[in-house]
Amino acid sequence: MGKRSLIDRLAILADAAKYDASCASSGSAKRNSLSTNGIGSTEGMGICHAYAPDGRCISLLKILMTNFCIYDCKYCISRVSSNVERARFSVDEIVQLTLDFYKRNYIEGLFLSSGIIRSSNYTMEQMVEVARKLRVEHQFGGYIHLKSIPEADPALIEQAGLHADRLSINIELPREASLKSYAPEKSGAVIRSAMANVRNGIESRQTDRKERGKARPPRFIPGGQSTQMIVGADTSSDKDIITTSATLYSGYKLRRVYYSAFSPIQDSSGDLPLIKPPLMREHRLYQADWLMRFYGFEKDEIFEARGDGMLDLDLDPKLAWALERRERFPVDVNRASREELLRVPGFGAKSVAKILAARRHTRLRLSHIARIVRSLKICRDFIEAADWHPARTLDLAGLREKFVPQPQQLQLQLL
Amino acid sequence: MQQVVLSSETDFDGWRDAARRLAGQGVPPAHVHWTCEGGNADLFAAGGEVQPAQLKGDMQIRVPKEFVDMARRVVCHRDPARFAWLYQLLFDLQQNRAALTDPLNDAARWVKGADKQIRRDVHKMHAFVRFRKVGERDGREVFMSWFEPDNRIVGLTGPFFMRRFTGMDWTILTPDACASWDGKTLSFAEGADRSQMPDEDAIEDQWRTYYASIFNPARLKVSAMLSEMPAKYWKNLPEAELIPDLIKQSTQRTGELLSAPASAANIRASRMSNFFAEDEAAEINSLEDARRSASRCDRCPIHECASQTIFGEGPEAARLMIIGEQPGDREDIAGKPFVGPAGQLFDKALGEANINRRKAYVTNAVKHFKFTPRGKRRMHQKPNAGEIDTCRFWLDLERKFIAPDIIVAMGTTALRGVFGKAVALKELRGALTELDNGTRLIATVHPSYLLRLPDRQRAEEEYARFVDDLFRARSLLPQDAA
Repeated sequence: MGKRSLIDRLAILADAAKYDASCASSGSAKRNSLSTNGIGSTEGMGICHAYAPDGRCISLLKILMTNFCIYDCKYCISRVSSNVERARFSVDEIVQLTLDFYKRNYIEGLFLSSGIIRSSNYTMEQMVEVARKLRVEHQFGGYIHLKSIPEADPALIEQAGLHADRLSINIELPREASLKSYAPEKSGAVIRSAMANVRNGIESRQTDRKERGKARPPRFIPGGQSTQMIVGADTSSDKDIITTSATLYSGYKLRRVYYSAFSPIQDSSGDLPLIKPPLMREHRLYQADWLMRFYGFEKDEIFEARGDGMLDLDLDPKLAWALERRERFPVDVNRASREELLRVPGFGAKSVAKILAARRHTRLRLSHIARIVRSLKICRDFIEAADWHPARTLDLAGLREKFVPQPQQLQLQLL
Repeated sequence: MQQVVLSSETDFDGWRDAARRLAGQGVPPAHVHWTCEGGNADLFAAGGEVQPAQLKGDMQIRVPKEFVDMARRVVCHRDPARFAWLYQLLFDLQQNRAALTDPLNDAARWVKGADKQIRRDVHKMHAFVRFRKVGERDGREVFMSWFEPDNRIVGLTGPFFMRRFTGMDWTILTPDACASWDGKTLSFAEGADRSQMPDEDAIEDQWRTYYASIFNPARLKVSAMLSEMPAKYWKNLPEAELIPDLIKQSTQRTGELLSAPASAANIRASRMSNFFAEDEAAEINSLEDARRSASRCDRCPIHECASQTIFGEGPEAARLMIIGEQPGDREDIAGKPFVGPAGQLFDKALGEANINRRKAYVTNAVKHFKFTPRGKRRMHQKPNAGEIDTCRFWLDLERKFIAPDIIVAMGTTALRGVFGKAVALKELRGALTELDNGTRLIATVHPSYLLRLPDRQRAEEEYARFVDDLFRARSLLPQDAA
């Protein structure tokens, strides 16, 4: 069998990467090409250059270096036992593709991941070499995200961190037991200690910077580290998932935990559920994650009233929480603290900032709030304004039904 | 009525000069008509046309910097009323410094709304410009693009493309204006039409292949895509022609995946399975064996959250063994015992007691970090009796292979780790306890206890006692053993 053309291999190795949810290209250090006369910049905020019909943005060239793999992770299309077509890019091919796409403004940078071939170290070395060539030989200033191989030598992760904007190490499944049965060659302990190693790399340079004054050490993944968890392949509950996230956020200073609804793969092994990806569950998990990171919620609060440890699929987790904790409402928009306002369903962090700014001028009425928030429908029953009080609605037994989407709409779609 | 004629549709400087002077004279917004050269003059303007430079007036106009930045963008808006709204807001700002954040100010709302549209337009241009390569010139690649922004934003976006594509020559054509970069200068020219754009680029097939392959049909969400990439942009995106078919085929493709029978494992798999067979049940005959085996320890639930097993550290021939409670946040990350705040206090005390840490074997009763996550931090949690007793398996092995003369047990957890039952620190403190195997034990407090004492004088006294305990251990060892 002759070697496949570049374009055929691109099809195989992009297809193999389509299950990975993470694609962010933001949060890195600012950088441009004016001084290097090269190509590429990052300006803090990433740019989504295209959107696939699945609604997900394409900001990075997300490919696998190879989909050959010696591991047998059941949820993965590239696992050794799968009969999927295999292909491999050379280091130079990946470099060329990245530059070609970047120069046409198709992408913001590269997100490189790989099946494990020969050994973890060999695979990681090749990935680091791609990043090094781009940065050093081609003066590439775009975003580089490398999916690190947790089993690789820490010295390689260290080198990767010098060239990459972000490193990620996938935790894959929320519980150790699931990992044991679905990814026999992977170990939660190895994954966590690799994350610890990355945190160590970031922090050791932060202290260096203070001590050395102006002489800056080389940057080490200015975009931080992230991870991904697959949702719905095993029987873990939402609470298990969010608990694992809380553990990871607190331990490894992760920028993001990505939740990836398990999506059926070609050539499935038979051990996995054949389901449509649980997209709503994935969405609710992102909302719960958001509550922890930006709204001051502790993970246990989110699940207080959820006996089965699953988030409400009909309601967003903040609204579900507020309906259970009605004694904390209504919140007076003219007097409440930032923390209290952040807990009002329908108020985002931006709305809260606007409310705080606006009330310096005037006593806010409901019409003012209407201009600030996207819709009054959700928040009006939980707030008090100069000319508004929700009266007894908070005591209504059927308040929840007011917010639950009407089932008829779904039936119509099925017709 | 004053009629001000600006030199172009995006003449920010002209607008600023005129607005400054008019506001300085207190001319109310209703008395000013803004127009551009070649634009429609107001037939009813009474005051005649003036160029900005002809206006007299006090220049002492103060505005927040945020307003200036916003105005610079908003003049690029296509709405003919933009200059008037900006002047209205400038005028309002002279009466009320906080007009920008006043939710009741109409001009502020209009300008902010227009600014939002401009910024979105700029953002979309950053994202959706697609270059095609047209050739090479003096060793530099030359690229060209055609784009149709909603507003007159080429001047706003040029610098971004210059910073990003410094190493190549490029031109972006739009109906209003064109921007070009040749490696030295960013220049702007009159608008162009689409016919100047080359038809294709060899790389576009690769890009379409990528676009089609990275799409996961099982996750189809057309409305989410359309909200971010409205169809009005599609005509200039080479990948967009694939979208209708990708959508059409996705239901069928997903259905095929869901109904496909499980297939037999690839033969490669059986070859690999031997590769990973590990000698899990290896016997533990040395400290190294114990260390390796402990790194995979899952005897109690703490291991599920901790990063790694923190085994003891120090020479196998150490005569002094020091036992603490459990690793903390720093230790868990660094992979070594006693490197956090308590570890630093511990090091200081060892120095004062004349003990060389590198000659001692330093370990913990429990080898994994137990904590509860609280926001961005991990709060240390005391290991319970069951966990300490489970972890004795490792501590016993360490004691067996090190066989120290003296053990310093710091805190009650360490004592439980040694004795296998609850022992009050008070009862052993100050005495020299002889263990069954002849090893002598000194009980003292844990250094983190010293860090928690709020009363400064008390803390100093307790620290001195702690150093005394270490010093006593030191005095029991031969000269060169510590």
